[in-house]
Amino acid sequence: MLNQFVAPDLYPAAPEIFLLAMACVILFVDLLASQRRWITPFLSVASLVGAALLTVLTASEFSVLTFSNTYINDALSSFLKLLTYLSVATALIYGRGYLRERNLDKGEYYLLALFATLGMMVMISANHFLVMYLGIELLSLSLYAMVAMDRESVRATEAAMKYFVLGALASGLLLYGMSMVYGATGSLEISVVAQALEQGAVNKTVLVFGLVFLVSGIAFKLGVVPFHMWIPDVYHGAPTSVTLFIGSAPKLAGYALAIRFLVSGLLDLAVHWQTMLLILAVFSIVLGNLAAIAQTNIKRMLAYSTISHMGFMLLALTAGVQGGNTTLAFPAYITALYYVVAYVLMALASFGMIILLSRKGFEAEELEDFKGLNKRSPWFALMMLILMFSLAGIPFFIGFWAKFAVLTVVVASGKVAVAVFAVIMSLIGAFYYLRVVKCMYFDSPRDMTPIQAGADLRILLSINSLAVALLGVFPQKVIFLCQYVLVRTF
Amino acid sequence: MDALLQPFQTFFGPYWIVVWTLLKVVGVVAPLLVLVAYTTVGERRILGMMHIRLGPNRVGPFGVLQPIADGVKLMFKEVIIPSAADKWLYFLGPIVAMTVAMTAWSIVPFYDHGWVLANVDAGVLLYLAITSFGVYGVIIAGWASNSKYAFLGAMRAAAQMVSYEVAMGLALICVLMISNSLNLTDIVRVQQHGLFASWGVNFLSWNWLPLLPMFAVFLISGVAETNRAPFDVVEGESEIVAGHMIEYSGMGFALFFLAEYANMALVSAMTALFFLGGWSSPFGFLPDGFFWLALKILAGLFFFIWLRATFPRYRYDQIMRLGWKVFVPICLVWILVVGLWMLSPYNIWK
Amino acid sequence: MDFKTFLFYLFATILVVSGLRVITARNPVHAVLFLVLAFFNAAGIWLLLAAEYLAITLLVVYVGAVMVLFLFVVMMLDINLESIRRGFWHHLPFGTAIGLLMVAEMATVLGGRYFDADILPAPAIAPGYSNVKELGRVLYTEYAYPFELASVILLVAIIAAVTLTLRKRKDTKALNSSVQLAVKRNDRIRIVRMAAEKEQGE
Repeated sequence: MLNQFVAPDLYPAAPEIFLLAMACVILFVDLLASQRRWITPFLSVASLVGAALLTVLTASEFSVLTFSNTYINDALSSFLKLLTYLSVATALIYGRGYLRERNLDKGEYYLLALFATLGMMVMISANHFLVMYLGIELLSLSLYAMVAMDRESVRATEAAMKYFVLGALASGLLLYGMSMVYGATGSLEISVVAQALEQGAVNKTVLVFGLVFLVSGIAFKLGVVPFHMWIPDVYHGAPTSVTLFIGSAPKLAGYALAIRFLVSGLLDLAVHWQTMLLILAVFSIVLGNLAAIAQTNIKRMLAYSTISHMGFMLLALTAGVQGGNTTLAFPAYITALYYVVAYVLMALASFGMIILLSRKGFEAEELEDFKGLNKRSPWFALMMLILMFSLAGIPFFIGFWAKFAVLTVVVASGKVAVAVFAVIMSLIGAFYYLRVVKCMYFDSPRDMTPIQAGADLRILLSINSLAVALLGVFPQKVIFLCQYVLVRTF
Repeated sequence: MDALLQPFQTFFGPYWIVVWTLLKVVGVVAPLLVLVAYTTVGERRILGMMHIRLGPNRVGPFGVLQPIADGVKLMFKEVIIPSAADKWLYFLGPIVAMTVAMTAWSIVPFYDHGWVLANVDAGVLLYLAITSFGVYGVIIAGWASNSKYAFLGAMRAAAQMVSYEVAMGLALICVLMISNSLNLTDIVRVQQHGLFASWGVNFLSWNWLPLLPMFAVFLISGVAETNRAPFDVVEGESEIVAGHMIEYSGMGFALFFLAEYANMALVSAMTALFFLGGWSSPFGFLPDGFFWLALKILAGLFFFIWLRATFPRYRYDQIMRLGWKVFVPICLVWILVVGLWMLSPYNIWK
Repeated sequence: MDFKTFLFYLFATILVVSGLRVITARNPVHAVLFLVLAFFNAAGIWLLLAAEYLAITLLVVYVGAVMVLFLFVVMMLDINLESIRRGFWHHLPFGTAIGLLMVAEMATVLGGRYFDADILPAPAIAPGYSNVKELGRVLYTEYAYPFELASVILLVAIIAAVTLTLRKRKDTKALNSSVQLAVKRNDRIRIVRMAAEKEQGE
């Protein structure tokens, strides 16, 4: 055993190592420079930039394995990591003012965010079930603490508790599934599992049994029905800056989780997991859209909208393999990636909008708080209009193209009924997005307090919203990118 | 020896292993109890000496029969059970304390060539495990007594003993690194070689010199683990009277008392094995032998008593600070130092 | 039945009984202590399987540290047993159903057909084999990356625990030991030179 061991090549994992080292440095700097509050956020964003540079430097044409094949560096991992840094950095910048006004801008917030980022990076680069699990735990543990950070808020504490208990349950499900996979294939390395499946000398019964648990775990982490219970409470209860964080980058990691487990590892069982995902997706789209209508709290509404969006993403994944025919595999997984990217972009901006309207001692999270926004700030009302239209899937914003791509691929896979159903549901869902628009433009404002957010938030949020509009005008750019990445990867 | 045992072996047949093990257990426990008994009287005499007074010298010549008198007295005292106590656990407390204090001796090698009850591969781990159970005796007693003072003592004990186990375990990691083994016999054997040993000054080759900070950490943590002065806030007679032992009388109290002294002897023995070369002699021209280990244990016991006579009691927050903010960082740094040392060309433990 | 089998049944019986007592004991402290007993017996079974490292680690980590703190907390809680036990009979059928379901699932999956000793045999043990050494070797070579990640998770746990519990109270009278220790003589006393009696001529 020892003779065969080769010291691992650390170079492909340079971004992770750098980020971990920086997190430890920031831990000390934060202790020593506790008077200068700007240092920790600045250093956090700087280390994300540094990690991004390293990711670009270490990006490779081919898949590179290291750490005894537990770590993979391929085009998909580099792409998803870069997006993760971007969305984490955006979330940190959006949330800074909000946290400062509520005395929550402790150094630990930024540290936990960095560790959560590390967890996502680990998930994205995992080539081993165990490593994936550890990445999930690293991410989740940081998120639990971030949700509970506002100790004065009973709602936040309750949300954190719920998140923690259900998250632990989901981890248990995942682990149970992994143990079954290990029992059937004798390995936890994703590529070895895939090989063992291809050779066919495995016990499918045990594997399918394990697959049920794996899919449940993935479903929980993505927050789709029937594992969605935590989403509305956590999104609602957590401080908005944390909701913003949870609602954005972890979805990218969730995509990586699904792709690495189901596509890289268990593609031969696609028939089974596609059926499971289809059920999950359909129920999520129904429940997400219908429940969102009943919400008056915009954070809760966006939470239910997340559920339906994740359902759409899963819908794309179900189109990959048709009776052993994998011609649709690439389009399906590319579409799913495109959908996630589009969703993260929109989620960042829409939660950013709530932060923008909030101020010290006031949370702009009720639908009523958006009334007459046009009169208070026509520019941001326009931005919000873009976001809501895009989330609703109204042409021609990025959200429309994402939904369109999913429906195309679903139709191509022969599930026309499902596609029609999804269209009807999104039409119903458009109602609650448009209701926000109606509030902004046709209702009179409850108060005329001017928006107090800092310039950094205003500018970044405008860029973010305009990107949603612009990428809707040029949808091919992102799709080509996703295509390039996935073709390079597989 | 084997020839001598042969007739017994044939007599007991397959049960011989059981009988022989029990005999060995008695062979370890009986001298230990004598040692413990005489440590109590030794402590009082030494304290007397240090306080410039006499100490107990009435019973027998120089007071040598004092422990017997004490034992008889305690045995005939009434065992009082507080009416609101949890009866089962109230009795379980002292039994756990005593059992744990005795069990750990099973892995102590008294001399080379298998003079040990259980020559376990993972001896150090087992030692850490067994000592970590010691706290249960205190907690159970403190809770079952249903008394505020006892409960406070139990709380203090739980926090203190868990904290110092961390430092102790980290200190032992350094020992493991240089010994490349978890077996106690191997750990002693490693200390018998080295540059100084080849010059005849063996005691400079023992682990205490290269691991001097760890030696200090281990010894002091050992004092804290056994709840002895100056870390005896668990008993803290000036504030919580006697902590977990407050409600116990007669043999219940005696068991706690014996367990404490057995633990002191154990920590001395372990310090001797880990850092002071166990049964090896300090100089090359003197033969190794059990005698040296005994001497080191006695020296350790004397150190314990000396501490008690010298230092005032630490305040509780100071104890926790010492454990977490001083010892743990020192240990972590020294693990790094030893690691680098072992990688460097000046590695002395090849 | 050889001695090992006898020991296995002994440990297993005590394990199951103490496990049951954990959930049926009326007193939470008793429940925790039964859990400790259960850990001991689980460790015993592991020892029988020649996994001494796992066994001892279970004892060090769970019995030596986790359960002590558990006990610490449970003893200080004022648990109203009546209110907890009220729902017992109500939840019992559901709980039993889930328990039986899990047993059935485990039995079908593990019941010889898929994970039998013939399909997944235990690796042969070489002479001089040391459980601890082998585990360490694998942990620090092949599994170095997951191992390091686990340590990062622990670091996050520390940070999270400190963040969520550290509260700087203004009314506390706690003393800072470091400040106390850093005190110099000159901070506390001032030596004033003064004559023993009033100078003449004033």
